[in-house]
Amino acid sequence: MTEINRLKSIAAARRIDLLRIIRNAHGGHTGGALSSTDILVTLYYHTMRFKTKEPSWPDRDRFVLSKGHSVEGYYAILADLGYFPKAELDTYGQFGARLIGHPSVKVPGVEMNTGALGHGLPVAAGMALGQRLNGIDARTFVLMGDGEQAEGSIWEAAMFAAHHRLDNLVAILDRNGLQISGSTEDIMTLEPLADKYRAFGWAVVETDGHDFDALITLLDCKPHTSGKPLLILARTIKGKGVSFMQNVVKWHHGVPDDAQYLAAIQELDQLQKEAEQV
Amino acid sequence: MSAPNGIPCRKAFTETLLALALTDRSLIALTSDARGSVTLDEFAKRLPDQFVEVGIAEQNAVGIAAGLSTTGRNVFVCGPACFLSARSLEQIKIDVVYSKTNVKIIGVSGGLSYGALGFSHHSLHDVAVMRTFTDMTVILPCDERQSRAMTLALAAMEGPAYVRMGRNAVPDVYEVDDVPFVIGQANLLQAGTDATIIAAGEMVRPALDAAKRLASEEISVRVLDMHTINPLDRKAVLEAAKETGHIVTVEEHSIHGGLGGAIAELLCQEYPVPMRILGVPDMPVPAGNSKDVFHYFGLDAGGISAAVRSLLRS
Repeated sequence: MTEINRLKSIAAARRIDLLRIIRNAHGGHTGGALSSTDILVTLYYHTMRFKTKEPSWPDRDRFVLSKGHSVEGYYAILADLGYFPKAELDTYGQFGARLIGHPSVKVPGVEMNTGALGHGLPVAAGMALGQRLNGIDARTFVLMGDGEQAEGSIWEAAMFAAHHRLDNLVAILDRNGLQISGSTEDIMTLEPLADKYRAFGWAVVETDGHDFDALITLLDCKPHTSGKPLLILARTIKGKGVSFMQNVVKWHHGVPDDAQYLAAIQELDQLQKEAEQV
Repeated sequence: MSAPNGIPCRKAFTETLLALALTDRSLIALTSDARGSVTLDEFAKRLPDQFVEVGIAEQNAVGIAAGLSTTGRNVFVCGPACFLSARSLEQIKIDVVYSKTNVKIIGVSGGLSYGALGFSHHSLHDVAVMRTFTDMTVILPCDERQSRAMTLALAAMEGPAYVRMGRNAVPDVYEVDDVPFVIGQANLLQAGTDATIIAAGEMVRPALDAAKRLASEEISVRVLDMHTINPLDRKAVLEAAKETGHIVTVEEHSIHGGLGGAIAELLCQEYPVPMRILGVPDMPVPAGNSKDVFHYFGLDAGGISAAVRSLLRS
């Protein structure tokens, strides 16, 4: 199997896992979890260096999920990689569980609690600065949502990262175009996002956030541009992988009923088989 | 009453931090364009690799500090208390307290230090909000020597803390260099049997002066320096209530939710005694330097001693 098809197969499997988590808990952020799955899979199964049995290994690459509500796919990946038992995914959202609706440092592998939007880029910039001060040749990755680009704290951190020339910081923007109340451009105009980050002193690359080949190529560049933090503006589809959820606002936090769940799993099973047969 | 020695608490803090940072490379001072007002110029000059400037961006200051701390750094975020305790509150809540990062928030020129600059620059709410966060240590040092001792204790402590200190040089409370300072343990400054004044920060000195005035009237007043408001020294408060029967709290803070609130919560449930909470009441704060405003609100030796007399008469 090619690397691309390996990642495609893993992504389909993690989408099945995350739908199961949401289905079991009767709640979750379905659309954004599906739009970010391919990015997370590329990071965790191809790009990043880490040790699951030693989560605080000093030389590790770090990851911060700024769009903390897309947590279900993240948990599915951490469990699959062995940070915690996969059976624990079934406890998501239950009384006393450590797997809750936004990332928690109680969960092995999670670097920082998130949930309030606009927090990820500042803490990731702090981590990247710390890695550099410590002389560690590692990177910090942060996955942001597009709706949260309206938060001022993101732009404070964008200035900081460029000023301090943090070229070990890679921010990925899950540009699915939708937020809870509708299209991002109807709620608050964000475009031209690439120009805005460039004007703040960042290297910016636009790509298809579901194209593993493109993601791998970009993420393998280290650094992408010397002396500049990198923004990957990843065009994605909210609800990606499940045809009837794609680009439909109500699936932001929609929970599938029995029939929808079965239909979604069948689609994803098919995608996984196709990837494995090539 | 002692004269000011010319060294504000913030200067005692930064001198001690610099001395520590020269040998402890994990220490970082981070500021939001406030190196002058915090008195970090010397630190920035001598240890540029341990000094981080974030510009006028207080939310980012705390987020960056939290991220840095996860790489093994002991980060002190320093800036005016009015901004750090309000503008950055969500970052303090999530990136520091909830994420359990090793970040110290150092609010300078707190309370009414910036008196005449107006309400935008006052921080009379900070103790109330910070002490509701589980595991957030809240400290108000009262003088130069205590600020030095506090800095040593903070550098050795793992976990989040909020410190508020004033802008101006203040009269000494502690006259010796081995100032007793244990986080969470009140200092008994004067023994007494009729009432107890519990004070924090810059109100400790006038509380002590009030107790001395009352002594000349044959009123025996205990004085506790409650430098740490969270966690509260419950034992010292309960002993004071049981042994002196009357409690007066004094703070440079709103009368709601601060030191007085913390002590009232404890006593009304475990050992109710007559009590007065002295601080800034529910009314607009007049313009003026902090000394004049303190006098206006009775937050000086005269006002505090009058409150004790009134409580004992009632």
